[in-house]
Amino acid sequence: MTTGLLVEGLETIGGHAVGASPERVDARVKLSGRAEFVGDMEVAGMVHGKVLRSPYAHAIIRSIDTSVAEEMPGVVGVLTAADLRDIDAFYGHAIRDRPVVADERVRFVGEPVAAVAALTETQAEEALRRISVDYEVLPSVVTIETAIASETTHIHTKPNRNGFAHGLGTLPEREGNVCFRYGFKRGDVDEAFANADIIVEDQYWFPGVYQYSMETHTVIAHHQDEEITMWAACQHPYLVRAEIAEVFGVALDKVRVIVPYLGGGFGSKSYTKMEPITVALSRKAGRPVKLVNRVDESMVTTRRHGMTARMRTAATASGDLLGRDVEIWLDTGAYADNGPRVTATAGDAGPGPYRWPSIRVNAHCVYTNTPPSGSYRAFGATHLQWIGESQIDEVSRRVGSDPLEFRYRHLLQRGEEVRPGGKPLDADLIGDVRRAAAAVGWGRERIRGRGLGVSVGLLAAGAHPVSMATVRMEADGTVAVMVASTEMGQGTRTVMSQIAAEVLAIPMDRVRVDATDTRFTPYDRSTGASRSTTVAGKAVQRAATSVVESLKETAAIAFGVDPEDVTATDGAVHYDDRSLTYPEIVKHRFGLVGGEITGHGEVKPEGGSGSYAEGPVFWEVCVAAAEVAVDRATGKVDVLQTASVADVGRAINPALVERQDEGGTLQGLGNALFEEMRFSGDGSILNDTLLDYRVPTTEDVPVKMLTIVVENGDGPGPFGAKGCGEGALAAIPAAVVNALADAGVPMRELPLTPERVWRRIQEIESNGGFAPAPSPEAEL
Amino acid sequence: MSRVKTVVNGRQFEGEIEDNTLLLDFVRDELGLTGTKRSCEVQVCGACTVLVDGRPVSSCCFLAVDVDSSSIETIEGIVDTEFFERASAAFLSHAAVQCGFCTPGFVLTLKWIAESQPGISGESLRGQLRGNLCRCTGYKAILEAAGLTLGVS
Repeated sequence: MTTGLLVEGLETIGGHAVGASPERVDARVKLSGRAEFVGDMEVAGMVHGKVLRSPYAHAIIRSIDTSVAEEMPGVVGVLTAADLRDIDAFYGHAIRDRPVVADERVRFVGEPVAAVAALTETQAEEALRRISVDYEVLPSVVTIETAIASETTHIHTKPNRNGFAHGLGTLPEREGNVCFRYGFKRGDVDEAFANADIIVEDQYWFPGVYQYSMETHTVIAHHQDEEITMWAACQHPYLVRAEIAEVFGVALDKVRVIVPYLGGGFGSKSYTKMEPITVALSRKAGRPVKLVNRVDESMVTTRRHGMTARMRTAATASGDLLGRDVEIWLDTGAYADNGPRVTATAGDAGPGPYRWPSIRVNAHCVYTNTPPSGSYRAFGATHLQWIGESQIDEVSRRVGSDPLEFRYRHLLQRGEEVRPGGKPLDADLIGDVRRAAAAVGWGRERIRGRGLGVSVGLLAAGAHPVSMATVRMEADGTVAVMVASTEMGQGTRTVMSQIAAEVLAIPMDRVRVDATDTRFTPYDRSTGASRSTTVAGKAVQRAATSVVESLKETAAIAFGVDPEDVTATDGAVHYDDRSLTYPEIVKHRFGLVGGEITGHGEVKPEGGSGSYAEGPVFWEVCVAAAEVAVDRATGKVDVLQTASVADVGRAINPALVERQDEGGTLQGLGNALFEEMRFSGDGSILNDTLLDYRVPTTEDVPVKMLTIVVENGDGPGPFGAKGCGEGALAAIPAAVVNALADAGVPMRELPLTPERVWRRIQEIESNGGFAPAPSPEAEL
Repeated sequence: MSRVKTVVNGRQFEGEIEDNTLLLDFVRDELGLTGTKRSCEVQVCGACTVLVDGRPVSSCCFLAVDVDSSSIETIEGIVDTEFFERASAAFLSHAAVQCGFCTPGFVLTLKWIAESQPGISGESLRGQLRGNLCRCTGYKAILEAAGLTLGVS
């Protein structure tokens, strides 16, 4: 067994599974509706849970009366904070700030204040209505601006308690409502701006966005005899296990998490979400409890951070970049959730992948009286890339340079520092953006009312590089891969099968990957940060390699030769003209009906602790290009074509890579054009159904939507692979914003709704026309 | 309670159903046909699509008692059909299945289109599939697979 992350180039052992796009291993079961999701499961004795949620953004809970509810038909348990006094009932992997159920105070509209378990969901809902809560309403701060400004309304008042898995070193003390800060600087930024010929400076705004995984948060939990079993729609089963063990005060081995198929994740099911309250309700009810969120409940469970940012970029008249200064405020809602890490990632995305003589980044994670914000695909990068890239375009416009040429001049090259102390650049950004630009027809004659845009960015990917895998070869040569990467649609079970089949030199249909069960499946840190193929895949490759070594060793003994002299191809080990099939080798090793050959593989940080500061495992490339048309009369923006670059090192499964970028592109278009969670002044969501929170449909697909797969063999994962799937989501909004600016309408707020774009057009026209454009035809 | 007589996936069902039971809950909880999924609950996402007398309905917004004297098809009821084989082959070859939560709904809507509008255009197909959401694929592969299933380019 080897350890550490190593680039191994493109050699393969010869299974021919890697680099092809075989049928997904889970496609048939999903097509026929037989794929099992948590919501489809039933457990003996199971009852149904529903949650009573706060109607106020900020209030003291004076008292809760559950006596009537407890006597309602079918009710088997009613949970309030009073039932959890014997444990430290707070969670939060970054900052341990969140009560399992609200205790004494509610901090957002929708916060759980009680829960009911009953024989049916309807009975549970009816009982909820009979719980009376006496609230004393407090002043609330529901926007970043009011939360920062308020001297008196502080959402949390006790000292910050570090969560168990933030990975961000020593967390700073909270200042007012700012719960975390991240920043870095290099060079003298103030001097750069003092000496600049060109300064681009603006304030920007990005809304909260709902991930909408079609399967809402769903958990079945059973707390019995100090043991806790969960069937959970979660991306990070091992982190959920650790957090539940901590909250409920039991050992790790007493908590078991089983994860069947997920109906999408996109970050919304990362870390711990509805698991603590479901476990607590089961503990109270003494029965297994199933809890299924409605969409409006999942919307208040987690979302993408809304953001306000101020950025300025300094350059000389001849186009030398002098410096950049970025201030970021992210709305993390009432509890931190993954806010600190989102803040760090946003900070890292602030400079953009350019060579800056001076840089200053200050990012702030701000509590507000709104639902908690957490992870959503390409967090941080999506927030910042459209801003940074719009300023790069604006500088190049003022310099009189082509934006693409301007990027060639300033983009970081492989090996250059991306951020102080972190991993240097490990990709060919210039090659990537050149391909994207060419795909949308960069440099062709301008068309009135249309614009072209490109964008380039980086996303810190891989999270904490700790993954294990076990590969078991049965006596008949079939193989079970045990790896805890969650199958949430991305195709990880297919990819892991391909990696094992490749290494073992057997057909893919001899390999299976089953659902994660933390009691049996080896540890994997998490499924997110585009890490599964790279990190867990590496562990699978190593585990399979270990099996191959055992097979060779046994065959060599049978042949009476040195193991180094035998080869493994086509499901057999060979020496000269002699061959032993894998089943024959297993039989030879164990006799009679045989046993199994097991291999283990692990990936762990190579030196250091694997902390965020030392990372990332790899820089995920976020490169795209787009063409838009804008209707000057209505402000409607049509995205005519997109091209995104999946710079994956090595595409284990090219079709799945394309699906990742296409899915990321559509989400990127949603984020860019119309997705926006709207809050009222009292902190409730105005559009908390899919009727009025619109997500992209078939009709939003651009006529031309291209994914360019780049394989430079430069990833730290198996066969030179590195992760993908998030880059397009960060890059597409930025490319669209730049294309719209190219068409004459530079924007500072997302999404680009017709109203917002129309108002901007009026504003520009009333100020005497559009911002300078490279040619007069660009004006509308 | 109302007495309901219906045919579900070719089998007779006759029994008492609560007047406020949703078709979605009836199909999933009473009949155990869990290929029909619950998501938006406001008739937008299409994950709960079933065919009532051959036409797609959002079972989340349809009362179970209203299927009296009708026939219902869910994904489980069509897996042995020639149409399903064709659709499956198309979805498999285009890698148009990801998390799979939306997939049965798409296949059922597509079955109705195949039967009711055999000569449908690509543009119209795209429009008629807008009632089925997919958050994973970006739709391109699904639209291609749908086109292949129906012989539309």
